[in-house]
Order: sequence, then structure tokens, then C-alpha cells
Amino acid sequence: MRSPDLLRHAWTVAAKDLLVEFRSRTGILSAAVFVVLVLMVFNFGRDPTAVSNVVLVPSILWVTFTFAAILALNRAFQLELENQALDGLLLAPIGRGSIYLGKLVANLLFVATVEVIGVPLVALFFNVEVWSHIGPLGGIIILATIGFVAIGTLFSAMTVRTRFAELLLPAVLLPFMILPLAWATLATTSVFAGRPLSEMAGWLKMLAGYDIVFVVLSLLLFPATVNE
Amino acid sequence: MLRAEGLKHRFGAVRALDDVSFSVQPGQTLAVFGPNGAGKTTLLKVLAGLIQPQRGNAHVEGGRRAIGWIGHQPQLYAQLTVRENLRFWASLYDVSPPRDLLTRLGLDEHADRPVRALSRGLVQRVAIARALVHDPTVLLLAEPFTGLDRVAAEALRRLLGDVMKQGGASVLVTHNVEEGTELATDVAFMRVGRFVHLAPRAGRGPEQVAEQYRNAIA
Amino acid sequence: MTAIALLLLAGVYVRALAYTPVERLQGLAQKIYYLHVPAAVWAETAMIIVGIASTFYLFLKDPRLDRFAYASAEVGTVFAVLMLTTGPLWGKPIWGTWWTWDARLTLALFLFLLYVGYLLLRSAVADPGSRARFAAVLGICGMVLVPFVHFSVYLFRTLHPMPILLKPSPPSLPVSMLTTLLMSLGVFTLLYVGFVTQRYALGSVSEQLEGMGGTDNA
Repeated sequence: MRSPDLLRHAWTVAAKDLLVEFRSRTGILSAAVFVVLVLMVFNFGRDPTAVSNVVLVPSILWVTFTFAAILALNRAFQLELENQALDGLLLAPIGRGSIYLGKLVANLLFVATVEVIGVPLVALFFNVEVWSHIGPLGGIIILATIGFVAIGTLFSAMTVRTRFAELLLPAVLLPFMILPLAWATLATTSVFAGRPLSEMAGWLKMLAGYDIVFVVLSLLLFPATVNE
Repeated sequence: MLRAEGLKHRFGAVRALDDVSFSVQPGQTLAVFGPNGAGKTTLLKVLAGLIQPQRGNAHVEGGRRAIGWIGHQPQLYAQLTVRENLRFWASLYDVSPPRDLLTRLGLDEHADRPVRALSRGLVQRVAIARALVHDPTVLLLAEPFTGLDRVAAEALRRLLGDVMKQGGASVLVTHNVEEGTELATDVAFMRVGRFVHLAPRAGRGPEQVAEQYRNAIA
Repeated sequence: MTAIALLLLAGVYVRALAYTPVERLQGLAQKIYYLHVPAAVWAETAMIIVGIASTFYLFLKDPRLDRFAYASAEVGTVFAVLMLTTGPLWGKPIWGTWWTWDARLTLALFLFLLYVGYLLLRSAVADPGSRARFAAVLGICGMVLVPFVHFSVYLFRTLHPMPILLKPSPPSLPVSMLTTLLMSLGVFTLLYVGFVTQRYALGSVSEQLEGMGGTDNA
């Protein structure tokens, strides 16, 4: 399988997913509404005198993104299932890797959209200044998102046909999300606390390492989830 | 053009394929009849490359690029238009949809409508178009006429004939012996993973073949 | 074999309780160490074994490897639960709380969640072939995750007693305690082997029963 083909076909698959998503728009809208809901709950739950916003915000951010990611992940292969198109994809002369990468890219873009909506909302609702940290924050978000979406895409291919797919996916994915989540939250906290970037570097390195390992692993294991 | 040698495959304790060998030449249509559970769909999936046989091998000239699969799954994205669907599937084969494909199936006026807005009969025809969008030379058909309306069935027969005339080959599996025989050049009966009959049709009519089938399978 | 191991386990405890000196700082509660640490070692190792067996399964497709992975996962779950119960039992008298989010207990929780996920996935997939493949994929991912979690112990500041044995410098435990610990570890090894063998045998019987139930394949 030549690389240019792999990537080209992956992009075809991703573009198709994005086109479908754009047509129906329900996915991104429900995710956005969900984010607002979660943020509202957090707001009602906190005690302003006890803990300052800046301390809470990293956790709020990451919990919200995690839930949104799970929403996205369930949709990816659900699309193929509803249209009974997976066999068509497998019959086509494209590498299995292209299917995985295509789904991965589509999922990443979906989650990224939710995050782009979420960050300003968090800044707004919790009155926290985010713009000055946007560089490092963006980096953390990208790395952590890749981490759980990569594995999540792999697992969703397996859970989509099971009976309680929406419940099973988070159950199986949970242990794999905790580490990137922890590192991301720690790094975000340090960013908001105004700590020097070098302190964050350790967490970012862990995230990057995790990402590389699990993207490669997922790519290698994906064919086993679709081949018989 | 298409060859199977010593195919063996089991699912747990069930033998889906038990030493199946045959070949299909250009211009031939092999109709495989058998009851449910005989292994027909497994055979097709092995030929298509969807399943790796535990023993034996299957070879299709031209590989996956040359194979067109027609089953009862439409494999169409409901939210996309007919044209978008065809373009997507064609691009996976690195081709563009043939210009006259929509016309040949009477789909021109519906080309830009989303698939979910189409009637069942129209969807069936779009599904046929999708299967043929990359000009396959080897057709694998799994119970293709089930649920097709008259117009779609007619279109399918016509297009099948066209592919055969251009030197293609096809394998058709079905439990509807009458329908399958009309299209076949060669006939096989399959039972518990084995071919219990494999011969050219040689002028036999549908009733004749159906009779022989009933005797063989009973 | 399991019965012997269990007897030996009882033996280790007699020794641990009666013959090993009481640790100066932590008192009697520290004796749980002899249960907790070997359980931890084997909970982690069992997951790695699941991963290795799963890798071989994906290449060799031998169902025995899948059965072995499953058995190892079941036993690993038991050990993880043991870790999760003995940890707090040890911690409460010493730290004053049942649970802390320190690295070691978190590792136990991770392992437990991994195992539960593995078992849930297996129970959710009906087709045996898919089940084995999916479980293998998850098993391998779990195995790869373990080092990431394990090394977090060194990076996180922790309440937990720093690893005394598996750390870069030589063990710093007095000899008699070390001996008891090693004995306990040996017993746990026997327990692992014994339980896995049992579960493996059970697994092979239940698979046969499943196969006899019959599957329909076309």
C-alpha cells in the first residue's frame, strides 16, 4: 500500500463523513447544546467563595471535551452501520488503514469544532481570561484530543455492532482516556496559573509519546476489527 | 477469470466451505443454488476478499478493483445525493462515474436528490448503479433479485447482460432456482459447504433445473 | 494444584503474622503488604500476558490462545480486586482515609477498569470469531497501556510508600520480611497458574457447548 494512496483514500473517506455531518448538522448541534448544558451544571454546582474559577476551569474544560468526544466517536461507525456501507468500504481497493485514518480525521475535526465552541464559552461563563494562553492551550488540546480519539476510533469500530454500544464504548475506553486527560488537566492548570512553559513540557512530552504510540497501534490493529 | 481451489472454511463447528473448487471464464455466469446455511454467502465473501479462507485460495483477475458486488445492502449514504454517492464510491476505485450510467438506469432526473428522499424502487436502482460505477468485470451477486421491483429487476438483468457481452464473468448465488437459471450459463448446487453438482446449463430450462435441484438437495 | 496453592497461601500468612517482625512505623497493618504486593505484581503481569497471548492470537488464529488470554484476564481481575480491597485496608490505619488518588492505588484502579472493559467487551459480542479478535485488540491495547501507567508512579509525587523492590536501587527490606514477601510471591504465582489452568479448562468446555448449540451460516 503506497502512502499517497493511503492518505488520498483516507481523505476521501473523511470528506464523505464531513459532508454527511454537514448535511444533517444534528451531530454538531447536539454536541454544542450538550457543552452549554454541562457548563451550566458546573456553574450551578460551584461555590464561588470556596474555590476560584481559575482552579476549576481546567477540569471543567476537560470533562466537557471528553463527553463531547464520546458523542463524536459513537457516530463515526454508526454512520456506516445505518447505511450498511461498511462492506462496501471493505470491498473497495483501498487499504484498511485508509478507513481508519479517514474516520480518525473526521472524528478529530468534529471534536475540534466542539472544542472551538467550548473554549470561548468557558471563558465567557466562568469569566476567565483565555486568549493570552491560547497558544499553549491549543497545543495541549490538540495533543490530548488526538490521544483519546485515536483509540476511541479503533474501539468504536468494535463496539458499534454490540447491543449497548453507547454504553460499552465509554466503558472500554475509560482507562485509555484517564492518562491523557490527567496530563492535559495538569498542563492546563499550570498554564492558567501562569507557570513557565518549561514546567508544562513534561506533560506535553508524555502526551506526544502517548499519541504516537497509540495512533500507530490503532492503525496496526484496525484491520483486525473489520476483517473476518 | 475467476478461480477457486480447495476452499475450506469453518465457523466454529460449522463447515461453511468444504473443499470447493471451480473456475469461471469470461462470458460465463455461474449460478449457485442452495438452501440457507449451505455456504453460498461465505463463498461469495471469500471470492470478494472479505473473508480469508482457512484453506485453499481464490483468485479473481483484476483483484478488488474489478469486482462489483450486488447484494441486498444498498450501501448508500441516505443524506447524500445520488450523484454524491456515485462520486464517492467511484473515487475509492480511483475513477469517475461513467457518464451514461445514470441514464441507463433512468435516474437522470433524480441525480441531485438525497437518497433518503427516494422511493424504494429508485433506491434499488441507485444501488445497482453504485455497484457498477467502477465498470467491474467480475460480478458477485448475493440474492440480487430479492425485494427488487419489476423496473429494477429488469434494469439489473439488462446491465448484467451488458457486462457479460463485454467479456465479464459473474457468480450469482440464490435460493430462487427459476430466476437464477434464466441468467446462468453454468449451474451448481451447493449443500453443507460442498458442490453436489457443477455443470454447464446446456439448454436446461428453469423447471428442469429446479427439479434436479430438489432431487439433489433432498 | 489450586488447592495446594491455597493451603500454601494460608501457610504464608501464618508465617507473616506470627514470625515476621512487625514493621516499626506502620504496625500490624503493614502485614497486608504480603498480600497486596504479590497481588499487584500478578494483576499487572496478567494483563501483559493477556496482551502477549492476544498478539499471538492475531497472528496464529489459534483459539487456544484466545482462551488462554481470557483465562488470564479473569484471574487478573481477581487479583486487581484484591489489590483494590487490600490497598485501602492497609491505608486506612496508616493514612486515615480509605482512598487516596495516589499512583499505586490508581494503578490498581486502572488495571481493574481494563479488566472489566475486557470482560464486558467479550460478553457483548455474540459471534465467537469476532469476540476473539476484538478481545485480542483490546488486550494488546491494555498491555501497551500498562507501562504508561506504571511509569507514572515515578513521575507523580505520592503518598504511597515508594517502590521498595522494583526501583532502580537495590531492595531495602530486612531479610526476614523479604523472605516472607518472596514466599508470598511464589504462592501467588502458583495461584495464578492454578486458576488460569482451571479457567482455561472451563473455557474450553463452554466453547464446545456453544459450538454444539449450532450456528447458521449461509
